[in-house]
Amino acid sequence: MTQKAKMPTKNDTSKPILIHGNQAIVEGALAAGCRFFAGYPITPATEIAESMAVRLPKLDGTFIQMEDEIASLGAVVGASLSGLKAMTATSGPGFSLMQEILGFAYMTEVPCVLVNVMRGGPSTGLPTHPSQADVMQARWGTHGNHTSIVLAVSSVADCFSITVTAFNLAEKFRTPVIILSDEVIAHTRERFIRPAAESLEIINRVKPAVPPEWYIPYEDTVRGVPPMAAFGDGYRYHVTGLVHDMHGFPTENQDEIRAFYKRMGRKISHYAAEIQMVNNFYTDDADITIIAYGSVARSALQATETAREKGFKVGLLQLITLFPFPCRHVENVLHKSKAVIVPEMNFGQISQEVKRVNSRQCPIIRLNRYDGNLITPDEIFEKIHEVL
Amino acid sequence: MPLTTHLVHQYLRHDKKFPHVWCPGCGNGIALGALIRSIHHLGYNRDDIVLVSGIGCSSRMPVYVDFNTLHTVHGRALTFATGIKLARPHLKVIVIMGDGDAMAIGGNHLIHAARRNLNLTAIIMNNNIYGMTGGQHSPTTPYGMRSTTSPYNHIERAFNISELIVTAGAGFVARGTVYHAEMLHVLIEKAIQKPGFSLVEIITHCHIQYGKLNQKGTHIDMMKWQKDHAVTVEKAQKMTIEELKDKFTIGVITDQNLPIYYDEYEKVKQRAQLSEK
Repeated sequence: MTQKAKMPTKNDTSKPILIHGNQAIVEGALAAGCRFFAGYPITPATEIAESMAVRLPKLDGTFIQMEDEIASLGAVVGASLSGLKAMTATSGPGFSLMQEILGFAYMTEVPCVLVNVMRGGPSTGLPTHPSQADVMQARWGTHGNHTSIVLAVSSVADCFSITVTAFNLAEKFRTPVIILSDEVIAHTRERFIRPAAESLEIINRVKPAVPPEWYIPYEDTVRGVPPMAAFGDGYRYHVTGLVHDMHGFPTENQDEIRAFYKRMGRKISHYAAEIQMVNNFYTDDADITIIAYGSVARSALQATETAREKGFKVGLLQLITLFPFPCRHVENVLHKSKAVIVPEMNFGQISQEVKRVNSRQCPIIRLNRYDGNLITPDEIFEKIHEVL
Repeated sequence: MPLTTHLVHQYLRHDKKFPHVWCPGCGNGIALGALIRSIHHLGYNRDDIVLVSGIGCSSRMPVYVDFNTLHTVHGRALTFATGIKLARPHLKVIVIMGDGDAMAIGGNHLIHAARRNLNLTAIIMNNNIYGMTGGQHSPTTPYGMRSTTSPYNHIERAFNISELIVTAGAGFVARGTVYHAEMLHVLIEKAIQKPGFSLVEIITHCHIQYGKLNQKGTHIDMMKWQKDHAVTVEKAQKMTIEELKDKFTIGVITDQNLPIYYDEYEKVKQRAQLSEK
């Protein structure tokens, strides 16, 4: 009798597995403690919902397919208000539909994670092709004054670790966090070794330490992030999308309105340095620096390495945090470089942000592609060659 | 101490800045009173009640009461309620909406919530108009009536909320009016107790917008209209179609036991966990 060799399963942490970006996002979310997912089918994000439908009930979590993307984010906010770490995932058209409730989550400071696997748009656009054209929508998509945290993933390993980070930031700052992926990362299978659970830093929201009668649900704390009680914990309080005072009640008092918006801005801006994550590759002595994010950063890294092999001083600044825009890191390379190249699968969205912080008039060269295809290493290398 | 004073002390928020936003003579307060009486009578712990609402006059209800309260976005209250109920099934989740909120912008969520049959209670305040925005026609504005957006009379037919939700598959549907206040808390009580999705449609009046635009008189006149045109479900069964022509029924319209989403999902969890072993 022959015995079959034991195949590595998803549960073995030590053995390498072959998974795609969408699956890695699910693994990251579950490792971070996500126990609620509501979603609606949409290419190229659907596999996230499908994997959640399989995995969550095994962990006593809840998966629900809602009637649309609006309902999906509504259910996620409801679950988070009731104490669960919750997530949804979508693509362009669904992301557009979610904008109003995304604003509600900012306004009421409800931690949640929203994944947008970017595809070509506007409208139905290019459902099975990658794009990076939702960057500014992720920053400014919902109406009104708000701060946002937007992270970009560029590999299967990123999909896992950045999703864990996204949950940590959401819980720490009581805010929605948006992960921007794209069709290339979503469907590219890569070797992945899941980190041991003990090695992961997991942050949970701060709960009130005071008795219910002392609880001030939107208190202006030192960090600007009030402790969050879950519905059913005995802290009965009011949650509203209207501008509210620190007790959670609607207000039209201008002092209270100002205090509210100031705290909302401060809780993110004062901690921007810890939120702004980048990877520097050969930037120390680079004459030409590429600033890239998402799948394009992979092409950019290869182009950078090719250039280095040929003796050119080229570096790559990979942005993981797109917003709050990592100004200091970008300024640093703008000061050191003779030119900066910004390749993007859009008309130029992050390049505008780079220009905004470019006080020293460093030449900024755009490389844009919007034909539904990934920018290749060769294209970036050619651009480097032109600039040299 | 009269019961009302006792209930006011027990259930209204002491730290909330009153007065409320409703016009004098509005039916929303009567409905809120009925809701509080039903919860009081059922003896639920206030910590276990979540009152969720959308946007509109009636959706301002939660802010005044001392429960877990959530004032969401226009039309989507049921989606938030779905997340709350699935995350913490022991909570009693009650959703307050208006006719524009529930039937126009939120119509899709309402029919799906009814079909899904999660343990939620939806209360729809139907005053046939958008009150808060100033008297525009809603999906329940009757044909031929006037609103600020149908100044030459309304040319669409109205939804019948309760019948629609029966068809959508709800286990429990009831209709009441703010005139029949004593009946109202009984209906709400039954709805809250019913396992699965339950709906109470409350016929109320907006004498400020709908009433003025259509010469329906004062709030008292409009409540008298409710009295004269409401027929109990039991009585309606003995009446002819001709007699029922301009009437509407009040009472329990449907009450049936259907598979409940949460129980079904528990089975899903068991199947998923068995497959793991």
